[in-house]
Amino acid sequence: MELFFQQLTNGLAVGGIYALIALGYTMVYGVLKLINFAHGDLFTIGAYLGLTLLTSMSLTDRLGPTFGVLMLAVMVMMLVGLVGILLDQAAYKPLRTSPRLSAVVSALGASIFFQNTIMLIYGARFHVYPQDILPNVVINLFGMPVPLVRILILLTSVVMMVALYAFIQKTKVGTAIRAAAEDQGAARLMGIDVNGVIMIVFFIGPALGGAAGLMVGLYYGQVNFTMGWIYGLKAFTAAILGGIGNIPGAMVGGILLGVIEALGAAYISIAWKDAIAFLVLILILIVRPTGLLGERVAEKV
Amino acid sequence: MMKDRRTIIYTVIVVALLFAPLYLNRYWVDVLNSVGLYAILGLSLNIILGYGGMFHMGHAAFYAVGAYTTAIISTRYGVPVLWLMPLSGFLAALFALIVARPIIHLRGDYLLIVTIGMVEIVRIALINDVFGITGGANGIFGIPRPEIFGYKIRLPHQFYYLIFAFAAVTVYLFRRLENSRFGRALTYLREDEVAAEGSGINTARYKLMAFVLGAFWAGMVGTIFASKMTIVSPASFSFWESVVMFMVVILGGAGAIPGVILGSFLVVGLPELFRGFANTRMLIFGAAMVLMMIFRTQGILPPRPREYPIEDEPEPASESEVSS
Repeated sequence: MELFFQQLTNGLAVGGIYALIALGYTMVYGVLKLINFAHGDLFTIGAYLGLTLLTSMSLTDRLGPTFGVLMLAVMVMMLVGLVGILLDQAAYKPLRTSPRLSAVVSALGASIFFQNTIMLIYGARFHVYPQDILPNVVINLFGMPVPLVRILILLTSVVMMVALYAFIQKTKVGTAIRAAAEDQGAARLMGIDVNGVIMIVFFIGPALGGAAGLMVGLYYGQVNFTMGWIYGLKAFTAAILGGIGNIPGAMVGGILLGVIEALGAAYISIAWKDAIAFLVLILILIVRPTGLLGERVAEKV
Repeated sequence: MMKDRRTIIYTVIVVALLFAPLYLNRYWVDVLNSVGLYAILGLSLNIILGYGGMFHMGHAAFYAVGAYTTAIISTRYGVPVLWLMPLSGFLAALFALIVARPIIHLRGDYLLIVTIGMVEIVRIALINDVFGITGGANGIFGIPRPEIFGYKIRLPHQFYYLIFAFAAVTVYLFRRLENSRFGRALTYLREDEVAAEGSGINTARYKLMAFVLGAFWAGMVGTIFASKMTIVSPASFSFWESVVMFMVVILGGAGAIPGVILGSFLVVGLPELFRGFANTRMLIFGAAMVLMMIFRTQGILPPRPREYPIEDEPEPASESEVSS
């Protein structure tokens, strides 16, 4: 029971991180029908930027741990969001009318480019986050000890997701995003600035991915320039699991995948942990290609 | 005129390749060997990705099945490696048949992601020493060298002729395939699947055949790779390997044999020329991929439109209108 509970909370925390990254995939896919392969690397950029800002500006010393980390998160999200917009302008915008494969290849190229840029700047070794940022407190939850960090990470990601959901559902800009995802041509005819919508999507998605990168840095304490690849793939799996293009789907899929993976690693085999995620992906696509919450059943997948 | 010029260019290239090892040192011959292997792998992937238009990014899995088959059987039972080529190809094809069957109906990028998942699962399985015969993360070593009529192939330039002879056979056969009923059916379903289905082409069956054939060929290349390296390990069949093959096909010109061969020179050979910039070359490679897609989407040497010259005397105009 103890093991189960620990793995469950761990899975929920990791799942929250997957969900945040998955949102970036799903939003871009919703509007552009493009798998942004470079999204995982934007996540890595977030992790490294967080590390650099943390150590160079000593935010937590000046502003205290809570406000410092909050400030740091805002800065990282802004910067990674900007990188996302630049990425779209440079690598995807010229390919809007090209075949889909071209955009996929361009995305892969951008991914290689980002990965090697990070490696050139920071080097290939692992980088360690300062350990004393988040309070190393273990709290008692239903009689089981749980590290506070896990709860904080899950809470933060849930708060962000709820905020995003409210933004998409309630605001005018959110409505425009949904309209553009539904039918770009019709949205344009209704006077929606589709290019502006795409820009917003390429800001929000990477910003959330960057925040996830920062969380991984704070949670695991170390970052590496290739980590974006595996996180990106897992998050994409999560997006498909929930139904790609569907925002609540990405959240459900992310958390579900995190829990499945953590429990699988505990009860089946830790060595097969990554394979479990991919197996889930393949099974989902074979059995229910629209994902758990996917709506567009009519479209032939 | 164009045709004559092409013949001259191809002849010059073939002659140059024939004599290249005589003027190059071991290192460069080895680079050319890699280029040759990737050219064949690219041609085998080209059947799936180029003709069939299926986004398959897990080709390294089939390559791995072939290489491991050769490695396991040759080290355990002492079977000469070249004899294992058909068997390695067959097992890779069987594997492709089993895994591709349930996923063959998936559309574009979904297929891409599933094949990525497949190649990762294969790699993890190899690392975890599945069935206790793959040797785990260290792989299998001591794979014997190939032998042809008692003549042992050991040095890079000997391998060069083996690889390029195989490449020549591949080009010849695949050229025939391109113009066969099978090749034309694949091209048709790439261009318009619904129309192809409407014309009586069993699309699922042809797609599956493309996978099986591509895997068969990749498995055979795996045999040559295993005996050339004398060691196989999971690290050789990472997802990155699949990306390189994908690039070879896309950058060169999907669906065109000369394009794919040029692609293997560019993707595998060119970075070696820039070894001095070891750190930045991958960065430039990534940027080049983006630029390439923006400015020349169809690849450097895309397939030429098919021509069917009418050799009989021209038909009356009215009739050709009806037929067209």
